[in-house]
Amino acid sequence: MHFNPRQFLRNIPLHLMILPALLLVIIFSYIPMAGLVIAFQDFSPISGFRDMTWTGLENFRYLFDLPGFRQVVWNTVIISVLKIIAGLTIPVIAALLLNEVRANSFKRSIQTIIYMPHFFSWVILGGIIVDVLSPSSGIVNMLLKSLGIQPIQFLADNHWFRYVLVITDQWKEFGFGTIIYLAALTSIDQSLYEASIIDGAGRWKQTWHITLPGIRPIMILMLTLSLGNVLNGGFDQVFNLYNPLVYESGDILDTMIYRIGLQEAQYSVSTALGLIKSVVSFVFIGLGYYLAYRFAKYRIF
Amino acid sequence: MHHTSSAYRWFLRFNYVILTVIALLCLFPIVNILAISFSSSTAVNAGSVTLWPVDFTLSSYRYMLENNQFIHSFGTSLLRVVLGVSVNLLFTILVAYPLSKEAATFRSRTAYAWIFVFTMLFGGGLIPGYLVVKEMGLLDSVWALVLPGAVPIFNVLLMLNFFRGLPKELEEAAWMDGAGHLRTLWSVYLPVSLPSIATVTLFSLVGHWNAWFDGMIYMRSPEHYPLATYLQSILQQVSVQNENVTFEQAALLNEISDRTTQASQIFLSILPILAIYPFLQRYFVHGLVVGSVKG
Repeated sequence: MHFNPRQFLRNIPLHLMILPALLLVIIFSYIPMAGLVIAFQDFSPISGFRDMTWTGLENFRYLFDLPGFRQVVWNTVIISVLKIIAGLTIPVIAALLLNEVRANSFKRSIQTIIYMPHFFSWVILGGIIVDVLSPSSGIVNMLLKSLGIQPIQFLADNHWFRYVLVITDQWKEFGFGTIIYLAALTSIDQSLYEASIIDGAGRWKQTWHITLPGIRPIMILMLTLSLGNVLNGGFDQVFNLYNPLVYESGDILDTMIYRIGLQEAQYSVSTALGLIKSVVSFVFIGLGYYLAYRFAKYRIF
Repeated sequence: MHHTSSAYRWFLRFNYVILTVIALLCLFPIVNILAISFSSSTAVNAGSVTLWPVDFTLSSYRYMLENNQFIHSFGTSLLRVVLGVSVNLLFTILVAYPLSKEAATFRSRTAYAWIFVFTMLFGGGLIPGYLVVKEMGLLDSVWALVLPGAVPIFNVLLMLNFFRGLPKELEEAAWMDGAGHLRTLWSVYLPVSLPSIATVTLFSLVGHWNAWFDGMIYMRSPEHYPLATYLQSILQQVSVQNENVTFEQAALLNEISDRTTQASQIFLSILPILAIYPFLQRYFVHGLVVGSVKG
């Protein structure tokens, strides 16, 4: 392609439209990326960037030697994998059930209600969940008590905590997750159903042989795109629900980054941990997008 | 398509019941919190409140509304939402329009697009981000909550995919009439983009209203906390702080408990979302689907 002065002149307004946003992104996204160098330094906020001592991989070695480090990595992976599995199945089932409803007003009311928790923050939901799951006064334990079951310390018991995370995450997000599947369901060719009815297929067979294959591409797409979240246990949720009693099962990379960085003020160590997480996540996101492109012809833009 | 076997009819009835139960499970905790907030502390502590207030009282709300910190935080959040949503919307539109052009007519498009998208995939993380905000002298200012996320890339992608779906003839006709890029964007693209604009507005509005973490790290004193950060700090706290209470407030405190105050705060803080949500709901499903699933 040659330089085309007329096209360039015509496009100047386009460059100008982008310029302010570009500057903001450079300041608040790219400069922090450059700031990752403090992971290889002994940074202290008092001395600043200038007179810094380079420590090479010292901070990374320190991290790997931390007693709880492996546990935190394991917690993060197991929590996010459980969330990915739940997030792939539950919204699909809910969408299939909703899709069978013919009464539009009923369908719309249900949709309005189940989309709603998505718009509440984990601060609010954390407050509600702590209240609802309280061993002494929470409604769930009152119910268990009336069935003769001992109250369960859902948020202070390492056995239960991860399940509470996965279930409450689905409670918040499954409804919103159905949107994409409902859209996919409406795009299935109706003549396939008509043909199958003539062939004598019942409702169940139609679901199995037409509906599910029909939404398979979008399921594969959602799965590949969720790969990038393998190291995201969900900071907001964990931070608002956990306490030292469940660090063993619930402490994730992001909460550890927060504690080391802002509570213990070990800026360099925290940044080193953040760097590991960013790099690994980037590889997974890249892989996810590549697979999504390969198998579902998905492009970001 | 309507199957009328009796097994299917049973399934349908069962389905209605299941879906109703699921929807009620989504509503239940919110109704429970609402009931607690309107109940007397004795009834709440006795555990007799589930879905309906017991000993109806407004004391906890009166306490909240006399609480300066709550009112002040509410104001900070409102300011943040107004500034944040305007800035987000401006940049979403200004970036999405050029990026929606074909690479053949706007050659830098692909490079720009990757510069923006890359920030979604990789980031500097907590401490480097904090240091930049600090070096810019933004600590303790509402701009620390607005500027770092000023360009919402996900919204830009939704918007640009929507723009690309618009018929080419619209733009050509505008150019024929002598309109430039800005005129075309303003008078031709925006008026037909209402569903997308409503969607990104809702997302950015909810995002700013709910954001709490940046408030916690960028605001040095709790008086500057936005509402979500303030709520986070009190929900993590074991008891209401009793310092600086007046005599009337002390009397009020006897009628309420931590649980009732927390419930009323939770409810007051989701009220704005509950109020706006039904109006924008019909747009976001459409806007989201058009923007993210293509073809």
